Amino acid sequence: MSNPYAKLPAWAEYILIPLLNLVVAFLVAGLVVLLVGENPLDAAYYMITGAFGRGEYIGFTLYYATTFIFTGLSVAVAFHAGLFNIGSEGQAYIGGIGVALACLWLDKTMPWFVVFPLAIIGSAAFGAMWAFLPGWLQAKRGSHVVITTIMFNFIASSLMVYLLTKVLKPLGQMAPQTRTFEAGGQLPKLDWLMSIFGLNLGNSPFNVSFLLALLAAFGVWVLIWRTKLGYEMRTMGHSPSAARYAGIGEARITIIVMMISGGLAGMMALNPIMGEQYRMQLDFVQGAGFVGIAVALMGRSHPAGIIPAAILFGMLYQGGAEIAFEMPAISRDMIVIIQGLVILFAGALENMFRPAIGRAFASIGRRSVAAAQTRGA
Amino acid sequence: MDLFHTIIAILESTIRVSVPLIFAALAGLFTERAGVFDIGLEGKMLGAAFAAGAVAAVTGNVMMGLLAAVLISVLLSLVHGYASITQRGSQIVSGVAINFIVAGSTVILGEAWFRQGGRTPALSGDARFQTVTLPFADAVRDVPFLGPIYSELLSGHFILTYVAFALVPFSWWILYRTRFGLRLRAVGENPSAVDTAGISVIWLRYRAVICCGILCGFAGAYLSLAMSAGFVKGMTAGKGYIALAALIFAKWRPVNIMLACLLFGFLDAFAIRLQGNPLPLIGQVPVQLMQALPYILTVILLAGFIGKAIPPKAGGVPYVKER
Repeated sequence: MSNPYAKLPAWAEYILIPLLNLVVAFLVAGLVVLLVGENPLDAAYYMITGAFGRGEYIGFTLYYATTFIFTGLSVAVAFHAGLFNIGSEGQAYIGGIGVALACLWLDKTMPWFVVFPLAIIGSAAFGAMWAFLPGWLQAKRGSHVVITTIMFNFIASSLMVYLLTKVLKPLGQMAPQTRTFEAGGQLPKLDWLMSIFGLNLGNSPFNVSFLLALLAAFGVWVLIWRTKLGYEMRTMGHSPSAARYAGIGEARITIIVMMISGGLAGMMALNPIMGEQYRMQLDFVQGAGFVGIAVALMGRSHPAGIIPAAILFGMLYQGGAEIAFEMPAISRDMIVIIQGLVILFAGALENMFRPAIGRAFASIGRRSVAAAQTRGA
Repeated sequence: MDLFHTIIAILESTIRVSVPLIFAALAGLFTERAGVFDIGLEGKMLGAAFAAGAVAAVTGNVMMGLLAAVLISVLLSLVHGYASITQRGSQIVSGVAINFIVAGSTVILGEAWFRQGGRTPALSGDARFQTVTLPFADAVRDVPFLGPIYSELLSGHFILTYVAFALVPFSWWILYRTRFGLRLRAVGENPSAVDTAGISVIWLRYRAVICCGILCGFAGAYLSLAMSAGFVKGMTAGKGYIALAALIFAKWRPVNIMLACLLFGFLDAFAIRLQGNPLPLIGQVPVQLMQALPYILTVILLAGFIGKAIPPKAGGVPYVKER
């Protein structure tokens, strides 16, 4: 599809426009804060101190960021192939089964570094399996992946309620959750990493899966820009007809991309299950799959953009809790609004400022050309 | 006889739970037939339900509540229209965004204005829709078989319920028997042909989006002013997505939409009734399976195993005039 807008310099394309969209999203969020009768600047202050004020807070911020890196990468990988995976939420939820099974099986007999790789494989496999069907249905039966993944989110949530209340719950326990894992099912925290910077982790659950998330981000970069498969994915994303002409198997790519996307979403489950709660609870994903959409859009589907975007959302989650504490009128639902606004302005309305900026650049360009000519004469 | 009354009761609650689905699915019908996909039905419905609950609670007038619901829902539709028609952004991304913005702001504003944990004050009297008893409903109650069907199943619903069912043939008439409807369907199949005929694609799509807003407003108002007495946070609980599923299941046709909504409503009513009771012949069915059934059925349909659902051809593609 050709772009109906003028081409801009790279720094404007990748930094100025996303930043402008983000600023507008936050300005509108500030209006909501005003409407509730609080001071948006105070809210911003509480948020930043609440997210970075102490080692413990930073730990929480990065803990949330870990989750969002996984789901953001999941959505971004699908974006590159022109697919919109709204199902990261469900895939992450189902991915939890893989983590829980590995932990329940080996946590009493094996140390964490034996259980962890198995849990990674399990979570990725279950997540990929849950994304395989929508991918296969789009590739072979022509049903749109957006609709099927929405449906699969609901099916996943019903399935997990059934599993957690009927199958995985220990006998004689009321709460719908698995038993608490022993030492083998608990990931070590990253105290040593924080103490390098002279920070104390406190009670925050910042754990080893953060390093896995960074590794995954690097892996996604290699996949998309340094492999044949990544090239085929991007070709299909830019122009399905060009991809078909070049002999790229659309069906194959669709299924593989959806499975990679689902696998990344599934790995998100490692962080809350093995890193914080040490058991699988009902609804442990808590909308992280949907945050992934905002993160991917904000990070322009590039790992180097997704990591800061994920940290920003981690800041919103952790700092948002602090705002809720200081300003009772603003609960954590404020984050859901901001998330929606970011999706709106960085996603659906990303072209809003483009014509104006394009015109500005064009006029600057013309003036400098004119100046060069007068100097030349 | 007892079984008969049980069936009547299940069908009665089927009608009750299908009404918001019918409104929302018809809303989706108008935009999607015009080529604008809308997964923001859920958000618009929720926003409308909140506006209806809040305004009815403050003014004490149910009609003001309905009006507010329609206004807010149309406003949200226009945001979606601006993003996806004027700015040519992704329609799906825009729909997702609206769902989140509404989900968050109804809670924040509700808590700030009413301080009841995200609810609006309970409505009573004139602030809420009352049920309508059809003429002679009491007189014919004792007539065997037909009596209970008339007096219990058909009578005693809210006015909005009858409006919803009346809207089904009305939407069919608009879409298939008026000039506006013909153009609306054409713009969803082949917008450049419509443009060539000298009709504005943009304005036509905006009108379709506004129709969607009005109907979603009714859906939301039904939830907070009729089905329950006031707004509760997250009260749409995925109904917008079920309506979307019904729309696809019905292959974008008005009468099929009503049937699909009744089917999904029936599954819902049946699941509530079934809770804990084993089914004859089949045995114990998990409630979760019944709840997931509408989604599973839609996936199976989409996969082309029960007929084939073919969406409007230009759906999801922004129209660029210059090309």
